[in-house]
Amino acid sequence: MKLLFEKSVEGRGCSILPPLDVPACEPKEKRQAPLRLPQIAEVDISRHYTELAKRTHGVNDGFYPLGSCTMKYNPKINDEMAALPGFAKVHPLQPAHTVQGCLKVLTLAEKYLCEITGMDAMTFQPAAGAHGEFTGLLLIKAYHKSRGDTRRTKIIVPDAAHGTNPASATMAGMQIVNIPSNEEGCVDIEKLKAAVGEDTAGLMLTNPNTVGIFDKNILQITKIIHDAGGLNYYDGANLNAVMGVVRPGDMGFDVIHLNLHKTFSTPHGGGGPGSGPVGCKELLKPFLPLYHAVQTDDGYRFDSPKQSIGSVKAFYGNFAVVVKALTYILTLGAEGIREASQNAVLNANYLKSRLSQWYDIAYDGICMHEFVMTLENLKKEHGVTAMDVAKMLLDNGIHPPTMYFPLIVHEALMVEPTETESKDTLDQAAEVFHAIYQKACEDPEALHQAPTTTPVRRLDEVGAARNPVLKYPF
Amino acid sequence: MGSYVPSTQAERQEMLHAVGVNTLDELYGAVPKEMMIDSLGIPQGKSELEVSSIMQEMAGENRVFSSIFRGAGAYHHYIPSIVKSVTGKEEFITAYTPYQAEISQGILQSIFEYQTMICELTGMDVSNASVYDGASAAAEAVAMCKDRKRQKALVSQSANPMVIQTIQTYCEGADTELVLIPAKDGKTDLDALTAQLDDTVSCVYFAQPSFFGVIEDAQAICQLVHAHGAKAIMGVNPIACAILPTPGECGADIAVGEGQPLGMPLSFGGPYLGFMAATSAMMRKLPGRIVGQTTDIEGKRAFVLTLQAREQHIRREKASSNICSNQAHCALTASVYMAAMGGEGLKQVAGQCYSKAHYACEKITAVSGFGRVYEGDFFHEFVTTCPTDPQELMECLEQRGILGPLPIEGGLLWCVTEMNSKAQIDALAACLEEVGK
Amino acid sequence: MNHPQELKYTRSHEWVKMVDDTTALVGLTDYAQHSLGDLVFVNLPMVGDPVTKEEAFGDVESVKAVSDVFSPFDGEVSKVNEELLDEPGKINADPYGAWLIEVSNISGQEELLSAEDYEKVCQEEE
Repeated sequence: MKLLFEKSVEGRGCSILPPLDVPACEPKEKRQAPLRLPQIAEVDISRHYTELAKRTHGVNDGFYPLGSCTMKYNPKINDEMAALPGFAKVHPLQPAHTVQGCLKVLTLAEKYLCEITGMDAMTFQPAAGAHGEFTGLLLIKAYHKSRGDTRRTKIIVPDAAHGTNPASATMAGMQIVNIPSNEEGCVDIEKLKAAVGEDTAGLMLTNPNTVGIFDKNILQITKIIHDAGGLNYYDGANLNAVMGVVRPGDMGFDVIHLNLHKTFSTPHGGGGPGSGPVGCKELLKPFLPLYHAVQTDDGYRFDSPKQSIGSVKAFYGNFAVVVKALTYILTLGAEGIREASQNAVLNANYLKSRLSQWYDIAYDGICMHEFVMTLENLKKEHGVTAMDVAKMLLDNGIHPPTMYFPLIVHEALMVEPTETESKDTLDQAAEVFHAIYQKACEDPEALHQAPTTTPVRRLDEVGAARNPVLKYPF
Repeated sequence: MGSYVPSTQAERQEMLHAVGVNTLDELYGAVPKEMMIDSLGIPQGKSELEVSSIMQEMAGENRVFSSIFRGAGAYHHYIPSIVKSVTGKEEFITAYTPYQAEISQGILQSIFEYQTMICELTGMDVSNASVYDGASAAAEAVAMCKDRKRQKALVSQSANPMVIQTIQTYCEGADTELVLIPAKDGKTDLDALTAQLDDTVSCVYFAQPSFFGVIEDAQAICQLVHAHGAKAIMGVNPIACAILPTPGECGADIAVGEGQPLGMPLSFGGPYLGFMAATSAMMRKLPGRIVGQTTDIEGKRAFVLTLQAREQHIRREKASSNICSNQAHCALTASVYMAAMGGEGLKQVAGQCYSKAHYACEKITAVSGFGRVYEGDFFHEFVTTCPTDPQELMECLEQRGILGPLPIEGGLLWCVTEMNSKAQIDALAACLEEVGK
Repeated sequence: MNHPQELKYTRSHEWVKMVDDTTALVGLTDYAQHSLGDLVFVNLPMVGDPVTKEEAFGDVESVKAVSDVFSPFDGEVSKVNEELLDEPGKINADPYGAWLIEVSNISGQEELLSAEDYEKVCQEEE
């Protein structure tokens, strides 16, 4: 389909602003370059984006079992509440007494999320999960520094970790110590013991981990780090498995980030905005970013912690996203939150039990909210890769699972159905996976050719990277 | 209580049976018993109707001003209806990052169009798909410039203090030395800048217009910076870009800014949009997602996330940025806004901001005690003195439904946009007269 | 897999061609380019940069991976194959023609592998 710029016609446009009602004047130095934004009528803008929407697969279009991303249904009330004029039309620099409602949203969300995670305080400034990781690591760094313990610069990260973990540690000026996982995909206790020392700043971990298994040695793991003088960081990417059942704070974690756009169902927006609040135990509270909303006898106001690490962005975070998350928490409540996690785990196990009839599951036993399949045998026997299966799913209206992650599993497909899918949907998906498996055995070439029914077919990604065309050539 | 779990109790039992357990609790066998909790200390769930009332009540505890003369990083602009309608489409709201290109052409093309528009606006060669906000964009830009030989960053103190704070935090993290260049007359002090420039400096960040609204001599700053082999990072207001010389024309290496004025509501500070554009030479140093054009196996034009080897999921600890989720939906918002406005429309917005700010400045400074603090051309913000206690002044204005200027050290920071009618400005000036009496 | 006899090799899949006693060209082996897949970009050092034995001097990118390239010895970069910046695919097409850098004043090259020994390393990795 055409680009907006290809639909542009000189002289067309929308009528938006009234005429200027004061004397016109202009700056001394002016822009000389043309400003070639599209000249397009409102009707054509509307149709253009409707066409683009049709070429986009959202959770509203169908099953979206994208592992590690928690693509649950996004309740519509959340968006409506965030768009209330009382929230949307409030300037961030209004005096505190005129924004009591906003400050209340932040303190309530903090209170509830701290209860869910077992933390003592929370900042909403980080805009996404990775931003939260960076913030949390700066808290750890500031903590050690405040104690004069400047040698602690090493962050221990399992090899199955999300790529953001090591990247965040580097941004926080720390060095990575990678430790291999054991055969169950969990932390190798002996290797961990060997890795800690006087230079250990902390550990970054998800639990359940990236292969969807709850690490039963978690208390021992966090204790090893504490005994060595380090702190434990919880990557909240997989919190959707354990809400209302077990809390990171009780597992021995000192600091955590959440992904409100995953676990708390504020949508992903095609890649963002998210919200990556960071919760911490009392010992890290003095270092939290600026603008921490607090309740006092005289109402709500912002407080800036004394030894704050500063700001990681302007203002107070993706506020409207926090409104959505709070709406979601109020709707579900204590029981509903727990029910969500339990059913996320149930759905994953159910789908796993169905798929295990045909596909190899990378790790045996009960999984948490997601599981990893390995298509190594399918590749060896029939030359069909995880990518091929993923592309065939596209032809069946299902968004593929996460591919080739975690890195420790070959030909990995990571499946996370979430709690908001019905048994019917899971059964239908299982049938699709079954049919694809049969096809892979009988006619591998059909899978190499997939997809065939999508708006475009497989792309020349090498060409895109070798000769980057990153904007419309006018 | 509200619930979004569709499975019935009977279906749950059936599924448990298929898994080989009897109860949901059995699924958590790996969790040590001593850690488990029975319930959460948060309220019980509520119906949609109840939740809606609670949230509306909280929203009602905020004051919405119809007359706003405050900016300082968040700007009150008109948002065309088409923007809200298009961005409200469920597919755009609920999709994930477009990793599966074949079923994500809609989002990918919208980002490609966004990148094109940002390049047009800034006069730069390449744009990424967005970062969190203008402040983090500035901090990421500083990180792009650091190399083995040049480790020090210079930041003009005439930039927005929140942006400076954010750059400081990022620099502190990465152990990058940062030196602040003092402001003079509301803009970067060129002599002080010259004194700091040497072959250890990687980059200089400054804002156009400055935090105080003053238009910097951006070309002179870029020339000066380049003469010392450093990179120039220009933080720009995207609306101002429509009429002021672009970062490209000024010679900047990287242009960043807060994209909120391009169709995003004020929303108490977020979500906003960090845009980043650079010269071709710096393309591979840009953080975050970038969409490129390519073809599919049938030769059809298509779009795809590209140059991914820069990013954290591939480069891990060697990645120069950890960014993963960005502000895609806000970038979409900006695209629709710019499409609705068109080039002429955006220039009109900028022109109205400029003209109305100058009209307001004239009216305000005509009131005794409100003198301009800084000379020089300005865009839509300016600083005046304040003859009374600023707090009292703000309260007086508030009573009249006006969100007044932001009190800052040395005066009041005013902002005027296309939203402020002549009548509003005249009413404001009358108010100030009254307060002064 | 093609591994010319006249070249020397490293365990990290670089080849070395001696220009004279203290100068050598360094490139990526056929095995390396094959396992990396289509290369889309190379990051190379500048002329004059020092290189250290067994430390990365650059990296090569495919669409979905990035891989460090290690220096087989200590020395100083005397030439950089800038052609590869525009056409990284040359490494795939002609791995032994597409040298990455030339290093001068080299030392520590004694432990390099012969073609036979390198073949064994590749077989072990298969």
